Amino acid sequence: MLDVTALLEEIKASPFEEMDILAPHTGVVSFPDISPGAKVYGPRGTWKEVPGTILATLERERNAKPIMASQAGDLAWLATDLAGTFVEAGTPIARIRHYLSKDEVQQIILKQALHLFRAPDRAKYYFTPEVDLKIKASGPRSVTVYEGLELFIMSRMKREAPVSYQGPEGVIYAVYFQHNQNVDAGDPLVGVCPPEQLPLIEDVVVRVQTEWQEQG
Amino acid sequence: MDTDKKLQILAERLRYIQDILGHRENDHSRLLASELAEIQSLEKNWAQERKVKALETLEELFDFAEKQLEQELTPMDRVRIVRHPQRICLKDILENVYDNYTEIGGQDEYSIDPSIVIARAYITRRSRGKAVHQPVMVIGQEKGHGQEFRNGGSVKPWGNAKALHYMKVAETENIPIHTYVFTPGAYPVEDYPGAAQQIAKNLYEMAALKVPVVAVFSEGGSGGAEAIALADMRLMLSHGYYSVISPEGGAAIEGRLRQGQRATPELIESCAKNLKITAEDNLRFGYIDRIIQEPPLGARPEHYDFFKLLRQEVVAATDEVFLKFKGIKFFRAMGVRRMERRRRQGAYTTENFYVRWGLNAAAKEDLVARRYARHARMSRWASRDSRPAKEKFMASVHDVGWSVYSFFKYDFLRKHQKVVVHTLEEVAAEVQYVVGKLLSPWRALRGMFNSKPALNHGKAKELTELSYWEDPAAGSGWRWVSPRAKEDKAITCPNATTHGCLDLWAPDLFGDHAGVCSYCGHHFPMEPQWFVNNICDAGSIYEFNAEIEAGNPLGYPGLDKKLDEAKQRTGMKSACRTFEARIDNTRVVVAMLTGTFRGGSVGAAEGEKFFQAAERALKKRFPFIAYVHGTAGIRIQEGTNGVIQMPRCTMAVRRYIDAGGLYMVIYDTNSYAGPVASFLGCSPYQFSVRSANIGFAGPGVIKETTGMDIPPDYHRAYRALSRGHIQGIWDRRELRANCIQALLTMGGRNVYYR
Repeated sequence: MLDVTALLEEIKASPFEEMDILAPHTGVVSFPDISPGAKVYGPRGTWKEVPGTILATLERERNAKPIMASQAGDLAWLATDLAGTFVEAGTPIARIRHYLSKDEVQQIILKQALHLFRAPDRAKYYFTPEVDLKIKASGPRSVTVYEGLELFIMSRMKREAPVSYQGPEGVIYAVYFQHNQNVDAGDPLVGVCPPEQLPLIEDVVVRVQTEWQEQG
Repeated sequence: MDTDKKLQILAERLRYIQDILGHRENDHSRLLASELAEIQSLEKNWAQERKVKALETLEELFDFAEKQLEQELTPMDRVRIVRHPQRICLKDILENVYDNYTEIGGQDEYSIDPSIVIARAYITRRSRGKAVHQPVMVIGQEKGHGQEFRNGGSVKPWGNAKALHYMKVAETENIPIHTYVFTPGAYPVEDYPGAAQQIAKNLYEMAALKVPVVAVFSEGGSGGAEAIALADMRLMLSHGYYSVISPEGGAAIEGRLRQGQRATPELIESCAKNLKITAEDNLRFGYIDRIIQEPPLGARPEHYDFFKLLRQEVVAATDEVFLKFKGIKFFRAMGVRRMERRRRQGAYTTENFYVRWGLNAAAKEDLVARRYARHARMSRWASRDSRPAKEKFMASVHDVGWSVYSFFKYDFLRKHQKVVVHTLEEVAAEVQYVVGKLLSPWRALRGMFNSKPALNHGKAKELTELSYWEDPAAGSGWRWVSPRAKEDKAITCPNATTHGCLDLWAPDLFGDHAGVCSYCGHHFPMEPQWFVNNICDAGSIYEFNAEIEAGNPLGYPGLDKKLDEAKQRTGMKSACRTFEARIDNTRVVVAMLTGTFRGGSVGAAEGEKFFQAAERALKKRFPFIAYVHGTAGIRIQEGTNGVIQMPRCTMAVRRYIDAGGLYMVIYDTNSYAGPVASFLGCSPYQFSVRSANIGFAGPGVIKETTGMDIPPDYHRAYRALSRGHIQGIWDRRELRANCIQALLTMGGRNVYYR
């Protein structure tokens, strides 16, 4: 059984992810007026249309290409010793320390704790009438699913086909699709967890929401 | 009147004065404020008689101060007057100017667009002792004294569509249209029918509307105003403004401000002054016909005398338009002239004459022709034509020569020629049938003895092979190659992060691939010469009107320098190049808006060249292609001299299309604002290369006006295509083939090669 508390403690111990920014191709690297410790931003805006902070410029064939931060955080390290030199593709040129947000922590925990049942095809999905009735009456967590249970109706171009649940037995913790909307193939439909873990997960989610201090 | 009430009214008058003076401190307003405060604090201890006397004196002081302030009004004060919630609005005019009216298709916020109000109204006049109701369609923007849902008179595309619908209704019913312009500008959303494209449709339809239109301007904000203001007579309220852009917008561009930054009040003031937006300025330029004098500091709903005057002016203007087309009009025309004379002397009068507001079929044609001629004359003074008088004379002789030649060749001879040709065709077909029947036994006999013809293997291979190797010696295939292709460097496609495009080598990209990314198909902007040399046949270009030069008609500070710099850099004299060319041996007239010259902005010179190009295409019966290498809109530093090109060029295009030509628009890079909302957007055949952006206003303006964030691909050609704004998207590499195909399949009855 997954030890969620230990997982949360582990995340708390290092509440960030460090990512290396690698040179995408060969070229002569140069750095703008930025030094380690500076705050950097990833792409921003509703459509991520505002590019991230420029960390370095890589010039190849007289084509200066800006290398931008992909996540927000602190600039942990910058390969200033490489300034003006030719680097190979894949050479680390910067490291960003990205502090985890509440949502990200929650996602990490849920990813490990839940079994995600994914859509086999792009279509609209509905619960079978019995399951649907149960969910409407007492919420998704009242439904226990098991291997082979006819859980969904897949509706595509007005033609319907039953979809059976595949995976470990458990209760539906979260529903990820909406009525009457298309779901792409591979997108999660429901998250399932063993019934005995349910109170634990709920507790951890509440703790993350209330206790997690977002940094950076 | 009760003294308290009088005091309250005076306090309101003071507040109004302070509102329209904005941040400016003024001696008069200070004096009025202190006098009013003094009376307010002391009047409780005064006897009634003293109160009345003091208030009378104060009222006189207010009248005096208002007259003084009237003399000192700056253009920006006038902008504040027309935007003030107490400013008269269309509903006030409907109540006070017309004798009866019914609002159509809207009741306050229950309307497809509450910022436009349409009403059927009538004006009652006396004719030989009888009362005659003269019906009229009233269309205008409604600001509604601060009613939030009216959007300040900023009309959405569907509101303009509704206005157009009722203009057509008026045309069907053969009644005149009165339009009232109370708009700071159109609401810049692209949702169907689209801000720009709907204004273009309105202008296109109004260009040939067969009923008289009289427009009255209060707040004429650029494209939004033009959507209903293409008229046979344009009146303007003395405190109104008519401008290419709001002074704040102008200041933001002048000060190169970024989104969210605010221009200083001084910069806005100076912009308002430099843009020459007042009624006097526009009368001087010739874009309005008459000014209607308002009471000091602008008309407000309680100024009943003003409504009386407005009624007289609007009726007189309508009469004047109709009288131009009446057979028996001698004395009444004299009466109109007398009224005009008196008006100039400052005296107003209601002439007691009657004009029937209706036109017969011939007069309707005449109306449209006069409207065209009226617009053709406008703004000619605002561009510079450096040709010597002799050359100008020769050009006009050439024009007349072509008109005569066209008439004989296409109208006179072809009509008769067609009859002869058709008859010969029929006779030949008959003969062919009879001969075929007579010779059929002989052919059958010959076929029995003759062997099958030998197979041409080369030809058979060419016809049956699916594909073949191109000749490697043929080179890139482009006649003109961008100088950027000579640089040994790599270029990154802007879609590289999303589409995984590898770096492109400049000689490949700009030389072989016509600026198209070979991985994702993104089109990089190319030079204007690329189109001229690679789409048109070699050596077929004949440029005309190259000497018409962009000028600075408003004397806008700094524009001369910017124009000189652009002229030197591009070697062109304006952003519009007009030339005759051949495409696959079909002769065409091309007007090209060049993004490299002041962003391809359109001013008086560009408009004049476009107008003349359309006229030339009409005379010569050539297809007319507008190639938009790029345009940022109307050149704001030319003020209304630029805006007037919207109706003007649309009229030229309309006339050309009605005469049976092919008008095609090709967008290559970014095309925005005025030109798209008029002479480009009205084309039935608009095509775009793949990566062009087409729209009305840029993201910054949309955010500021509507508060909406728009996605980065909002203006992309594919979005424009799915909204129904353009008719197709072409790959730049296939532009020539597509042009040839378009010339073969599109257009009206009168293109010469048909």
